[in-house]
Amino acid sequence: MTSILSITRLELLIARRNMWVATSVILMAMFTIVLTLAGGAPSGSLGVDPLLVAVTSITTLSVYLIPLIGLLLSFDAIAGEAERGTLALSLTYPLSRGEILVGKFLAHLCVLAFAVAVGLGLTAGLTIWQYGAADLSYAPLIKLFLTSIALGAAFLGIGYLVSALVRQTGVASGIVIIIWLVCVVLYDLGLLGALVADDGGFFTKTVFPWLLVANPADAFRLFNMPDVSVSELASGIGATGASASWIGQVVSMLVWPVLALGLAGLAFRRVEP
Amino acid sequence: MTALSIQNVTKSYGDLRAVHEVSLGIEAGERIALLGHNGAGKTTLMRMILGLATISSGSIRVLGAAPGTRSARKVIGFLPESVAFHGNLTGREQLQHFARLKSVPLRKADDLLDRVGLSHAADRKIRTYSKGMRQRIGLAQALLGTPKLALLDEPTSGLDPISRHEFYDIVDDLSAAGTAVLLSSHALTELETRTDRIAIMSSGHLLANDSLANLRQQARLPIRLDVTTSGESADHVANHLGGERSNGRSVSLTCQQEEKVSVLGRITGLGDLIKDIDVTPASLEDLYRHYSVNPEDRK
Repeated sequence: MTSILSITRLELLIARRNMWVATSVILMAMFTIVLTLAGGAPSGSLGVDPLLVAVTSITTLSVYLIPLIGLLLSFDAIAGEAERGTLALSLTYPLSRGEILVGKFLAHLCVLAFAVAVGLGLTAGLTIWQYGAADLSYAPLIKLFLTSIALGAAFLGIGYLVSALVRQTGVASGIVIIIWLVCVVLYDLGLLGALVADDGGFFTKTVFPWLLVANPADAFRLFNMPDVSVSELASGIGATGASASWIGQVVSMLVWPVLALGLAGLAFRRVEP
Repeated sequence: MTALSIQNVTKSYGDLRAVHEVSLGIEAGERIALLGHNGAGKTTLMRMILGLATISSGSIRVLGAAPGTRSARKVIGFLPESVAFHGNLTGREQLQHFARLKSVPLRKADDLLDRVGLSHAADRKIRTYSKGMRQRIGLAQALLGTPKLALLDEPTSGLDPISRHEFYDIVDDLSAAGTAVLLSSHALTELETRTDRIAIMSSGHLLANDSLANLRQQARLPIRLDVTTSGESADHVANHLGGERSNGRSVSLTCQQEEKVSVLGRITGLGDLIKDIDVTPASLEDLYRHYSVNPEDRK
């Protein structure tokens, strides 16, 4: 346990000095401020909770941003250390590879959680400043915070997996960008194409709901857009959220981090530095 | 207990045999120098001892434990060749981190920074360090927790002569405290007086493993005597001793160890004709060349 915390402590120090903390926080803060201020405009006429509107716009954004931050924090973790030659020395110390991985994971998760907390904190603050604290329901905000962390954890794990499988950081960075593109853009486009081609047949009714929650980014999006009236504000396949229950979405978001981290651990064990 | 025992260890990468049937033992407090060209298998051997590379056949025991196990890793201090650290950390942060991993009090890390002469730069980022300073941090981390076995891969590369001297002082202290030291090196001259045993590797084979004196005896490399004559009597002296005149005033000749005393007697018998004598035994370089260049000649 001491070893894990020592790794975490060191990684946090490195993340701070590398400006990863600052970069993540600024990214999240910038986008949440803009979306909160811009998204607030129509809420008055629609009579919807302004915080809910903000959460919806931020969810749409987080689907892109959080996997990106997760992958950027993690792709270098193993390949980079192997390349720089710092990994060989670490592995001669009396701690397991699992401990190294978990230590790094905790540090990166802290960075991510901090960035999300700052972003959502700003959202809450701005909304209260504009509309007052009364009549706001904070549950969607808290749900968004927790699921953002789960989504980030999943993509951290995927990043470590790539980092352990690939020897060069350059290649690892390329692969994680492709993964990001597939998960948050191409996957949905593919599903949409299949839906159109299937035209309400077997695929649409049976396979599609499962495929939709199988992608953690989609599970995250569906889970955080519960109210159909608000969901309709969002375009695309968000409207089909009712087709898969929230249980599937939650399971997807919980299983992905564990699965990805486990696979990364297995891949890391095969690395000969 | 034997600090390190290596028995018939082979490492193959496909058809390539990086290490071939090597056996070697080190007792507590012994200092062994592992010599060899680049690619001779020194680093591969160390990586197997550390558990970083798998062993194709044979066995290695570190104080009775298999390489890479927690108990083996606890007792090993390792300094990698061209050691690298994260540039954004300070020397103190990096060393304290390693101290935590080895469950050593943080105070020890500060003591070691002092010991390797880095206390003045301890709070600067490692990015700003020279190669020699990084090497010192590497040495300091290898000393954490007084290891039972120290593996030092090319420890003096990048160090200036004075630092090298200080480095070997630290190695002496380590071995005096009972640590078995295995170090690999190219810089041969500095090893002569600083190690108990020399092991020579070439293309994966262990070609020699003995004390310097015994290696000299086995190799039967000639001792070189340089005689300075007084006046212009070099020709006469050269004829008398059977040596070769190297210039007007000096003669050089070679002999085997057992002839040394009688040859010296003949030289001193020439009395006033002789001004000075230099006796040079085969250097480590000569030995190294002897053992590593023509391995098949001696089999």
